[in-house]
Amino acid sequence: MTDLRRRLNAPLVAGLAIMAALAVVAIVAPFTLREAADTLGGAPRSAPSAEHWLGTDSLGRDVLARSLVATRLTLLMALGATALSAIPGILIGASVWFGPRTLRNLVLRLIDSTVAFPSLVLALVIAAILGPATSSAVIAIGVAGIPAFARITSNMTASVIHSDYITTARLLGVPRWRNFTRHLMPNIGGPLLVLGASSFALALLEISSLSFVGLGVQSPDYDWGRLLSEALPSIYSMPMIAIAPSAMLIIAGVGAMLTGDGLARHLDPWSSAPARAPRTGTVTTTAPRTSDLVQIDDLRVTAANGTPLVHGLSMRIGAGEIVGLVGESGSGKSMTAMSLARLQPDSVTVEAATLRVGDLDMRKGGRRTAMATDIGLIFQDPTRSLNPALRLGGQLTEVLTVHMSMLRRAARRTLVDGFERVRIRDAEHRLSQHPHELSGGMLQRTMIASALATNPRLIIADEPTTALDVTVQAEVLRQLKRINQDDATAILFISHDLGVVEALCDRVLVMHQGSIVEELTSEQLAARDVSHPYTQRLLDATPSLSLTDARQEDPA
Amino acid sequence: MTTVETGLRGVGTRLGRSAWGGFALRRGGGLLLSIAVLVLLTFLIVPLIPGDPAAAILGADATPEAIAAMRERLGLDEPLPAQFVDYLRGLVTGDLGTSFHYGIPVTETIATKLGYTTTIAFGAIIVVLAVAIPLGMAVGVLTRGGRRPGLATTFGAVAGFLASFPSYVAATVLIIVFAIQLGWLPAGGASSTQAYILPIAALALGPTFAVARVVRQETYNVMQQDFMRTARGRRISAARLHLRHALPNLLASTLTLAGIILASLLGGAIIIETVFNLPGLGTEVVSAIIYRDYPVIQGIVLTIGLIAIAINLAIDVILGIIDPRTITAVSHD
Repeated sequence: MTDLRRRLNAPLVAGLAIMAALAVVAIVAPFTLREAADTLGGAPRSAPSAEHWLGTDSLGRDVLARSLVATRLTLLMALGATALSAIPGILIGASVWFGPRTLRNLVLRLIDSTVAFPSLVLALVIAAILGPATSSAVIAIGVAGIPAFARITSNMTASVIHSDYITTARLLGVPRWRNFTRHLMPNIGGPLLVLGASSFALALLEISSLSFVGLGVQSPDYDWGRLLSEALPSIYSMPMIAIAPSAMLIIAGVGAMLTGDGLARHLDPWSSAPARAPRTGTVTTTAPRTSDLVQIDDLRVTAANGTPLVHGLSMRIGAGEIVGLVGESGSGKSMTAMSLARLQPDSVTVEAATLRVGDLDMRKGGRRTAMATDIGLIFQDPTRSLNPALRLGGQLTEVLTVHMSMLRRAARRTLVDGFERVRIRDAEHRLSQHPHELSGGMLQRTMIASALATNPRLIIADEPTTALDVTVQAEVLRQLKRINQDDATAILFISHDLGVVEALCDRVLVMHQGSIVEELTSEQLAARDVSHPYTQRLLDATPSLSLTDARQEDPA
Repeated sequence: MTTVETGLRGVGTRLGRSAWGGFALRRGGGLLLSIAVLVLLTFLIVPLIPGDPAAAILGADATPEAIAAMRERLGLDEPLPAQFVDYLRGLVTGDLGTSFHYGIPVTETIATKLGYTTTIAFGAIIVVLAVAIPLGMAVGVLTRGGRRPGLATTFGAVAGFLASFPSYVAATVLIIVFAIQLGWLPAGGASSTQAYILPIAALALGPTFAVARVVRQETYNVMQQDFMRTARGRRISAARLHLRHALPNLLASTLTLAGIILASLLGGAIIIETVFNLPGLGTEVVSAIIYRDYPVIQGIVLTIGLIAIAINLAIDVILGIIDPRTITAVSHD
């Protein structure tokens, strides 16, 4: 039961239920209600009654019966139009990837230029060519939907076709058409189903709109759109006649929409992972004053689903000390650092007996200015950690202008000085550039400059070199070392790379599965004087990197 | 086509390093192609009519002489390329032909009707953006990371329901409520400013909630980005965090997705004029199709298509201003 409910989410169940109910109505109503719907001669324009639940129209026909009978024609037309959009669209969108490149570019450009038009414009053209009729409305809306299917199929095919398993299949000599049926369709089938559901909803509403203005179904046939337009002239006296087909249109639209949303969620289980509201820490112990800059006692971080990520971790960082925190991904080192910076994700819960930087209690908010200026932050991937929409000058001087009341010019001056300190050429010009105009190494140096601009007491550097080239890595590490020596700034340096940490840190904490398993001085690490087997394994997996010739790797 | 493109690219590199220069050249090529497709499409309406277009236009009772005269008038006896050249010549000189029905130039018909359609279409676009972005963003911020699950569910249900309201159904419901039951607003016509309120509301309702859903989802996406954590690390106020750091990125992704919704609003405008008795392009093109007044159909389809192209271009330019990455080259690979 619960298993079934997990597989079929609520929108999908509701959507499928609505669509199934409509399908039943579409099949049954024309057999049983045709007479009530089409027979003239009842009392015209009668109010709702036991005999006619929604009253009768101007010719004495039952309003409800007509709306129900119209279901079959409306749904069949929408189904036909969807098929007419989907089949050619999918074939075009997928096949361009199996043809020559020039042809592909040409076809995709043509598709792009037609996707730009509202589909109704295309539909009007086709309705104009074929004249107003049921069939031309279906063809018009169907053909108008082809470009969207082609475009989306092509986008998805592109991402699948460049994936490893297709490449592998091609290298193994699997014929292209077989790649298409065997590998491609199962991978793009799901998203296409979602697109099919939403384009069914769209086709239904658009065909009805053509019928509504008189370009679709012609009398004596009727669909919901036609019923609605017939109701308009008497809408003042008989609003009920308009409400019945409106309600049917809305029900069908909602049903198809829910089905599409539900399918999308069903096919993408990651998007519906249950999320729980975060709680704030409740442990209240007054932190004893010590000479350490950073004091963490009994830090516990818990994921939304209750999984503990950090189990009661305690550590200290002295003023001016460089402490490395190493471990593989998932060991909880970044979670520890981000909890210390009070930048943990919304979904996790952070609790600690003490979580202190200087005199700042990081378990609590407030004191924003002190937090912003005392703690400098350097993140892993500079290309993702800077706002792509803002110029560097604006975002990197933000702490200076917001918290240190600097005017824009003074803040930019300070940052330019900082840029020069980390050897960024053409510093003035960089301020007016956007992040995408700089290389990753250059960006990381701008972030370091910005983190240093407030003379912080602590820098938290979360894998600052991982996304960088090896040569750039060494340069960034050298600069961090120099900053530490010049300004006595403490650094918490997070890395999965023992070699990098060995080159930089005074003291190294090895983290494994949410706990610290070993603490080493840099000398112990250099001498490979480690006791914990996990640390040994990490060492075995690490090539060495040295910043100075003095600290060469021990060949043992 | 490819030689033209290569040529353009060559000019582009020579023109200088300005990203906008490259954007203008690249987007200009796409623009020309869109216009070419549109012109070809409208031209093909008449030749593609099944059977003899002249006979189809005149109906079953037409005499052979009348049909011959119509063929002559439409230039159907000429070969297709010659007809196309004639059509292009007309377009270039601003001659869209003469209405069969009214006997006046199509350009005049369009000029008198255009205002009604653009008023409700652009009015609705403004309403959609002005409501959907703050609404979607507010809900997105309030319900991020699984907070306030009740609000998230309510918004999802209500917005999903309203987003699937087609404009003509919304129009019917609005007329029943505000014009008939409450009597606050006129149900149709274009005699006063108030007469535009219901059409714009009906047209904007569905797209507003469709776009608001997109904005909420994009808010979630943007809030999870690394650069938002960086911004939080600067301990700035919530207002500054959301308006200065999240909004521009949100707008970029939203506009990309919402562009299609906004352009399709034009289609809704065409349909909705009928409900409100607005004498705009929509009412006109529908009756032109019923009366088989082909010059008018071609002229109006061309006009609406050009407006759609203009909307798309405007969105691309705005995107380029908000997020400069979008104006650098993209290829189909």
